Amino acid sequence: MVGSEVILLDFWPSMFGMRVRIALAEKGIEYDYKEQDLPDKSTLLLEMNPVHKKIPVLIHKGKPINESCIIVQYIDETWKDKSPLMPSDPYTRAQARFWADYVDKKVYDALTKSGTLKGEEQEKAKKEFIEILKVLEGQIGEKPYFMGESFGYADIALVTFYCWFYTFETLGNYSIEKECPKLIAWAKRCMQRESVSKTLPDSKKIYEFFMEMRSKLGL
Amino acid sequence: MFKKSVNKGMEKVKLFATWSSPFVKRIIWALKLKNIEHEIIYEDLANKSPELLKYNPIHKKVPVLVHNEIPICESLVILEYIDETWKDAPRPLLPKDPLDKANQRFWAKFSDDQVLPSFYGYIMKQGNEKEEAKETTLAHLKRVEQLLSEKKFLSGESVGFLDLVFGWLAENSRPLEVVTGLKLFDEDSFPNLCAWRDKFLEVPAIKESWPDQETLIAKYQEINLSKGK
Repeated sequence: MVGSEVILLDFWPSMFGMRVRIALAEKGIEYDYKEQDLPDKSTLLLEMNPVHKKIPVLIHKGKPINESCIIVQYIDETWKDKSPLMPSDPYTRAQARFWADYVDKKVYDALTKSGTLKGEEQEKAKKEFIEILKVLEGQIGEKPYFMGESFGYADIALVTFYCWFYTFETLGNYSIEKECPKLIAWAKRCMQRESVSKTLPDSKKIYEFFMEMRSKLGL
Repeated sequence: MFKKSVNKGMEKVKLFATWSSPFVKRIIWALKLKNIEHEIIYEDLANKSPELLKYNPIHKKVPVLVHNEIPICESLVILEYIDETWKDAPRPLLPKDPLDKANQRFWAKFSDDQVLPSFYGYIMKQGNEKEEAKETTLAHLKRVEQLLSEKKFLSGESVGFLDLVFGWLAENSRPLEVVTGLKLFDEDSFPNLCAWRDKFLEVPAIKESWPDQETLIAKYQEINLSKGK
């Protein structure tokens, strides 16, 4: 920890960790990235996140901040002179928070079930997941990003799932682009930002990681 | 959808509510602490009004705050909206310092994602599940007890955001104890928590909100009776 004012405890395929990496990149913040071996949690991780023992954890001047969306807001409020991630008026900010919360409540479970369940349950899960994406697509509408002209908090909350789509499309045998073309167009637009394209791992790499993890778990 | 309009006229604030929702009450307390005039519309969740469905088409739940015809949903989002819109009247609910704010947001999530579900699990479940929920809740409450070790309120010297978020615990623990006979925490094991509960319930904005402790007991008893227990 010598000399590093900002440290990130993270795990490279985590879509939650990626949110923090994008926020740090948007602000041009230099940090010390510490890859965590999740089955074998480090003393530092357990000390910095005793309640949940999870990544990502941002450590700033020795103090931990936990929960990816909370970390992104912290980054935005602390390094406030550059590239604002939150809208400036209270109502639009409330909207951004609402949609990030919606992503947190709905996307992870629905996405993973669409690939890991079988038979009729899987068909139901795929349908549910597409419905959720259509709601998000509807919110973006004709705008370039969730809240309008500027890339920000709500976009960051969702875009990190994009590199995981290929994995569950393959397992579930369906195409998200076919069902939600506007959503994929939005994702590709986000990927034109360096903070996003340099953060999100290649989709095939994620797929290989996931399949390896499942085979190790005997699934 | 809803476009934000510049309305220099009278501020109109409506809250869609139910008497029993822990997420609703925290909004009522916030509005009272900020001296914001508001109208409360009590919903029958078995028969939701067209207005509620119009203002919260995504989740179809309470609370919904409607400010000059514009809706805001999700209680934690609403609390921050209230704090940012009615900025200093009379004082902020959340701290200014980003780290303090992040900590309060973390513990707010802990309340809603961990403590509240396990607490109500303990009250409602039976057998082994009840025992497990009890153990989990006690472990969570120990963390809250620690948070109060050097502070008068969860938010610091005066009542604030985090107290409102955990307020459901202060408000419902005794009435539920009376009605169900289930006592989860006592003064000996949780002195800070019990002291905080008393102080919180004495804050005028909290004390003057409906339903009060006696009404809650009566209402919980009604529910019990109607279930034929």
